[in-house]
Amino acid sequence: MLVKKYDVAVIGGGPAGLAAALSAKEREPGLTVAVIERDKALGGILQQCIHNGFGLHYFGEELTGPEYANRFIERIKGSGVDVYLDTMVLELTPERRVVCVSAANGLMAIDAGAVVLAMGCRERTRGALNIPGTRPAGVYTAGCAQRLVNMEGLMPGKKVLILGSGDIGLIMARRLTWEGAKVVLVAEIMPYSSGLNRNIVQCLVDNGIPLKFNHTVTNIIGKERVEAVTVAEVDPRTRLPITGTEQTYECDTLLLSVGLLPENELTSAAGIDIDPVTNGAVVDETRQTSLAGVFACGNVLHVHDLVDNVSDEATLAGRAAAEYASGQASRQQTYAVKGVNGVRYTVPQRVHAGLDGKTDIYFRVGNAYRPATAVVRCGDTVIAKRRKQIMTPGEMEKITIDAALVTGDLTVGLEEVNPS
Amino acid sequence: MSVNEYDVAIIGAGVTGCAIARQLSQYSVRAVLIDAAEDVAMGASRANSAIVHAGYDCKPGSCEARMNVRGNELFETWCRDLSVPFNRCGSLVIGFDDDDAKTLQDLYERGLANGVPEMKLLSGDEARAVEPSLSPLVTKALWAGSAAITCPYQMTIACAENARDNGVEWRLGARVTSLTREDGCIRVAMGEKSLLARYVVNAAGVYADEISRMLGDDSFTISPRKGEYMLMDRKNTCVRTVVFQTPTKMGKGILVSPTVDGNMFAGPTSVDIADKGDTSVTAEGIAQLTEKSKKSVPGINLRAVITSFAGVRAQPSTGDFIIGISKAEPRLIQAAGICSPGLTSSPAIAEEIVRLIEKAGLSLAPKADYCPTRKAIPEFRHLSREEQAELIERDPRFGRVICRCETITEGEIVEAIRRGARTVDGVKRRTRAGMGRCQGGFCMPRVMEILSRELGAPMTELTKFGGGSRLLTGILKEVDD
Repeated sequence: MLVKKYDVAVIGGGPAGLAAALSAKEREPGLTVAVIERDKALGGILQQCIHNGFGLHYFGEELTGPEYANRFIERIKGSGVDVYLDTMVLELTPERRVVCVSAANGLMAIDAGAVVLAMGCRERTRGALNIPGTRPAGVYTAGCAQRLVNMEGLMPGKKVLILGSGDIGLIMARRLTWEGAKVVLVAEIMPYSSGLNRNIVQCLVDNGIPLKFNHTVTNIIGKERVEAVTVAEVDPRTRLPITGTEQTYECDTLLLSVGLLPENELTSAAGIDIDPVTNGAVVDETRQTSLAGVFACGNVLHVHDLVDNVSDEATLAGRAAAEYASGQASRQQTYAVKGVNGVRYTVPQRVHAGLDGKTDIYFRVGNAYRPATAVVRCGDTVIAKRRKQIMTPGEMEKITIDAALVTGDLTVGLEEVNPS
Repeated sequence: MSVNEYDVAIIGAGVTGCAIARQLSQYSVRAVLIDAAEDVAMGASRANSAIVHAGYDCKPGSCEARMNVRGNELFETWCRDLSVPFNRCGSLVIGFDDDDAKTLQDLYERGLANGVPEMKLLSGDEARAVEPSLSPLVTKALWAGSAAITCPYQMTIACAENARDNGVEWRLGARVTSLTREDGCIRVAMGEKSLLARYVVNAAGVYADEISRMLGDDSFTISPRKGEYMLMDRKNTCVRTVVFQTPTKMGKGILVSPTVDGNMFAGPTSVDIADKGDTSVTAEGIAQLTEKSKKSVPGINLRAVITSFAGVRAQPSTGDFIIGISKAEPRLIQAAGICSPGLTSSPAIAEEIVRLIEKAGLSLAPKADYCPTRKAIPEFRHLSREEQAELIERDPRFGRVICRCETITEGEIVEAIRRGARTVDGVKRRTRAGMGRCQGGFCMPRVMEILSRELGAPMTELTKFGGGSRLLTGILKEVDD
């Protein structure tokens, strides 16, 4: 087996991996950095996101997914970062050996000074939801359909019902409509969307596509190809279908946009602690995991709404990985950060004591609140406070703390809220 | 014999028909394996409990009892010869009260009468020592050490491939539309096409009564009985053995079992249905699986479900397997009503049917060049690093991972297509590509590309499992430049 040595090995060449690799190289230009990507091209899922709306925060302009990716890919080209394409990582060991395989190089091991995990996420499937009915052709996750349409130029269906109002589902509702398909309904089991508000407006409202909250799919009909889908209203408290509210929609396709799950099989197998809420690693503010020298960023850590936030997070992780690989890691004590009172999770879940400057804490709420005030406490002391007109589970929130004020465990919770 | 004349036509390419084809292929006979579906293992053989039963359930003296016990004896050898996974993990039937204890005692005695080896009645604590995840409320259990797990569709595919290697022809996607007597033979019509066979074996599963009636034998009917299952992700297994509840009139009850691929499942439900093709999953079924499996194994993590599915079993009106020469037509050999324990029994049924074919008048001379073994498609994920490196050296396509959840390579998919996979599900059952936690969300488009390339078929013609199960409705609208 071919064995190579790199100071920093980045697993995944999507937006997180690219930004992390560049950031590591910029922080310590003398280090050797490798990006390992399983697809034949860099850019990850951005390559199939041909709609615009990327980069408003990070670049201050509106780009398409491939354009956003290309900004990073162009920089990678001249950076001295080595890229391994069409290469799948099979194993990460606690000693930071990355075992990978490719048709070109066969088996290869990379012994890394630091590792950045940037494998992204996968879509929740029909099976995970126990949707009753037949199992015909024509049931796709929204991202799979997006790849078929945008990468392969193929139409997965002509008459489409979408379950779930996640961003990819909303984007695909518009995309399929533009390609001549009829989107008969978007059904969302929750009383609110998990997608961005701008996507609801631009993708559904502007195209006259109906969206029903508190509705779910209760049956799939059709032996060979989907012929119809039954949708029922759910009780908002139990989220169980209400008998008698069933409506059957004729369609040939059911798209699922019902959530994303970080892909942490390598992470778990390496023995790294996983947060049961995010399904990603537990990290500190540098995005270091419970395994020293292994960092995580992007959707493998927690599912983001905006790629801009992924790039920011990956920049932090890449810089920290470079510092670790060159022996500069500060190893002060860490304190726990915990979401309470309506805050489902925080990233990071741990912070170091005795830092200078500011630390951003990202979090998600478990319900829609208008208005809401997020409060960070260290013991009984309030160290940061942020009030917003609305907070919803679909939008990741951020609160900035003064790192010097961290002298113990932190909580992030909502106070003075109005659940709506 | 002309191109369209055969000694034996086997109708039905499920595990029964394919095992018969394999057993028959050791003799110098011209045989053909026919199925309406576009692949083998498309009925009950693709969706069942995958158990090689010990044989204590069957009524002593029944054909089922004989086939089960003999099938269990043969199964491991068949799996070894055919490279099919097999794990003799044993089974427990658990009881919660005095009534159950009595049933377990009856089962034990039936087992003795049927000649089942390695049985033992256990106390609740003894059962929990064997299977720590069992409910604390279990008071008694029947252990059967000869019970095993296997992979039913791999077994079916392996038998079909081995039969083909030994000269049996496949005619898939060919629904038998009529059987008529002609010149001392039987004409088997499949729509426009037809062939002549001296003997016909009816292994048509839930449709066996319809096939039988085509030759005037209406001595039995087959009613479909549906069983629903929930399959759990690999990292969430909590049982080492097959855990049954005490049986009822409707069957062996809902069990919790490991699979040979490291997953775990709960199932089946047991519902008599009207439509022989109804493999839909229902909310009631899932609710029942949830309740019953938690009764056996309270710690089962049903949130780790990755898919649910249903299979349809062929329940015979006679209450026993129907294996014999038809009284209405001496050239028709019945292998019908093969409900549970049909998978277990398949090698024994194959032996029996071949004996019956000989008895019916076909002389069987052993074939000199018969090869009893079949090699599995190389499984990259199960090889050592050295073996993996060697495999890639031989064919670099084994270095390209297509299905990331199950670590299935392009080399495996290409080999599956070479061996007969024509659909996305055909590739899935032969390689496991798409069987993992993402259920093909990532790899399906790539599997489609490989199918399209290898078969020389446009993407828009590819299907999930044949027939009208087209995956795409067309290409993007064309724009004039």
